Amino acid sequence: MKRFFLSTVTLLALWAMASFFTMPTAAQAKTIKVGAILAESGGASFLGGPEARTIKMLADKINADGGINGDTIELIIKDSGGNPEKAISFAKQLIEEDKVLAILGPSTSGETMSIKKICEDGKTILLSCAAAEVIVNPVGKYVFKTPQKDSYAVKKIYMEMNKMGISKIAVLAGNTGFGKAGKEQLEAIAPEFGIEILAAEVYDKAATDLSAVIAKISANKDIQAVVNWSIVPAQAIVAKNIRQAGWNVPIFQSHGFGNIKYVEAAGVAAEGIIFPAGRLLVANTLPNDDPQKNVLIQYRNEYEATFKEPASTFGGHGYDAIMILAEAIKKAGSTDPEKVRDAIENLKGFVGTGGIFNFSPEDHNGLDIDSFAMLTVKDGKFALYTK
Amino acid sequence: MTSQLFIQYLFAGITYGSIYAIVAIGFNIIYNTTGIINFAQGEFVMLGGMIAISLHAMLPLPLAIGLAVIITMIIGALIEIIFIRWLKNPSVLRMIIITIGLSILIREGALHIWGEGVRSLPYFNGNEISTLRIMGTNISPQVLWVIGSCSVIVALLSLFFKFTSLGQEMRACAANRLAATLCGISTKNMVTFSFMLSAGIGALAGCVVSPITYTQYDGGTPLAIKGFTVAVLGGLGNSMAAVIAGLLLGIIEAFSVSVVPLAFQDAISIALLLTILFIRPHGLFGSKEAAGLKEF
Repeated sequence: MKRFFLSTVTLLALWAMASFFTMPTAAQAKTIKVGAILAESGGASFLGGPEARTIKMLADKINADGGINGDTIELIIKDSGGNPEKAISFAKQLIEEDKVLAILGPSTSGETMSIKKICEDGKTILLSCAAAEVIVNPVGKYVFKTPQKDSYAVKKIYMEMNKMGISKIAVLAGNTGFGKAGKEQLEAIAPEFGIEILAAEVYDKAATDLSAVIAKISANKDIQAVVNWSIVPAQAIVAKNIRQAGWNVPIFQSHGFGNIKYVEAAGVAAEGIIFPAGRLLVANTLPNDDPQKNVLIQYRNEYEATFKEPASTFGGHGYDAIMILAEAIKKAGSTDPEKVRDAIENLKGFVGTGGIFNFSPEDHNGLDIDSFAMLTVKDGKFALYTK
Repeated sequence: MTSQLFIQYLFAGITYGSIYAIVAIGFNIIYNTTGIINFAQGEFVMLGGMIAISLHAMLPLPLAIGLAVIITMIIGALIEIIFIRWLKNPSVLRMIIITIGLSILIREGALHIWGEGVRSLPYFNGNEISTLRIMGTNISPQVLWVIGSCSVIVALLSLFFKFTSLGQEMRACAANRLAATLCGISTKNMVTFSFMLSAGIGALAGCVVSPITYTQYDGGTPLAIKGFTVAVLGGLGNSMAAVIAGLLLGIIEAFSVSVVPLAFQDAISIALLLTILFIRPHGLFGSKEAAGLKEF
């Protein structure tokens, strides 16, 4: 009897599922297949996690609102774990088997570079969420990216230093790809702004205490500021150790500091740290005439209400990727890959979370240096830096 | 080098050193009763910190730490009872593989429970930037907590092993397991107890260092590697030697920064470990004869 009951229930459930999937959708509209390769797990999950959640949330929202030109988005998200080999095989699968219109992501620069050529050859649009400049320089016909360039972060910091009259600095960096690339950029761009790097040290990404190296650089009385470039917890440790040594020097951090968890970890030592970042983190304090304000606040509130965690600039890169694609499909009025690609390339004045995008055939990033704002930490919260 | 800078390096070294030593002591306790190295020791440190942080959300700090130590001790005992107790004459290699497997298991479990973010306990005294001025240099009060806990643990342990019957029974197991069994000592219970003890000490270490180093699901492994280096450096099984070796390694690391780039810091400690293993395999303070009798 029990077995009979169970099999009936199973059959009924199967029938219900089958009828659900074959139910005709309202207007028999097309679906637009969009792929995404994101590091939802692994070491880069603090990037890929918010990106994947954001993209899913927005795709659902677009579909609930009736889709784009009446067509709904079918999202295929692949978790690469931050691994370039996986990214390559997912990219091939998405292009050759799923025949997607576009790929969103990957989260990291290494993965993006390893699939750049595959997307070019497959004539598939790639909207990367990774930062490195090489992704769009040289320009690939089908390759775009949404985060601001690394070099802008460096220039923004140096411009602030020029204003403050700082010319002799120390550089600390974590031994990750992000840290190394940042250190190279800092060293390469310094002469342009008349800045001299008196000490440069690299620490292990698992470093737990840096008081010895702080003692070393603080012994050099000529150093006027410290720049730290990393995405690991050590960026909170650096700030603590500098203040514990009683060294009252301005601390600059990279845009990798844009995670409120690190501010919480550093506690009062985080007060007054200066760093460049997108405006999402300070959306509330922006003046009302800021063109990005509405977009930022709306995204942040939706994300935080849906996922019960603070929104980050990284999720914002995902927002920009899918919204730019949606806008381009709308503008092109078609889902023909060539027409959509042209529409992205000609997109001007698009307000995203990273800044205001002005794409052109020469610039597939579309952001200028003002997309970064200088932020600081005030009473344990991010705030716009003003003197 | 100015004297002020010298003292600053010295304190940095003592900070590193006492963190290493407190982890190394945990290795030594289990080694003493079982003759094996518990590679999951670093995970006890991480667990202690994590549990205390979670409990601190609802309890005052001393209570949260106390409870975290007890919970970690129970976890340590359970691990021994479930995975190790039933093994008959386990080989050293087998035990190593079991404990490495356990460390991976605990780490992944912690990732699922607490996520990949960094957490930390608040500073026991003052906050992130408060410092004490000692001999013209600045030092965080938390460093004194680490050094203090380390000394108290060592003192209590040596009293425990010398004067309590439980401690003496544990030492008897270490000296000769068969003879201890013949005297009516339950060697199996002693092994369980040694896991509890070292889990508890690891957890306490995890709480005390948490404000300095932060606690993250994978933070145990690097600490365990350094702790192991220190335990070997001092001579396995000797807690006092571990403290001296820990301070020595910490101070060498701190001063190395003044001559070579920071990136070489770990290379120096590993080179030191290799040198010791080549020249004095029984450690700086271990005796050659005693080491010869051990299986590992």
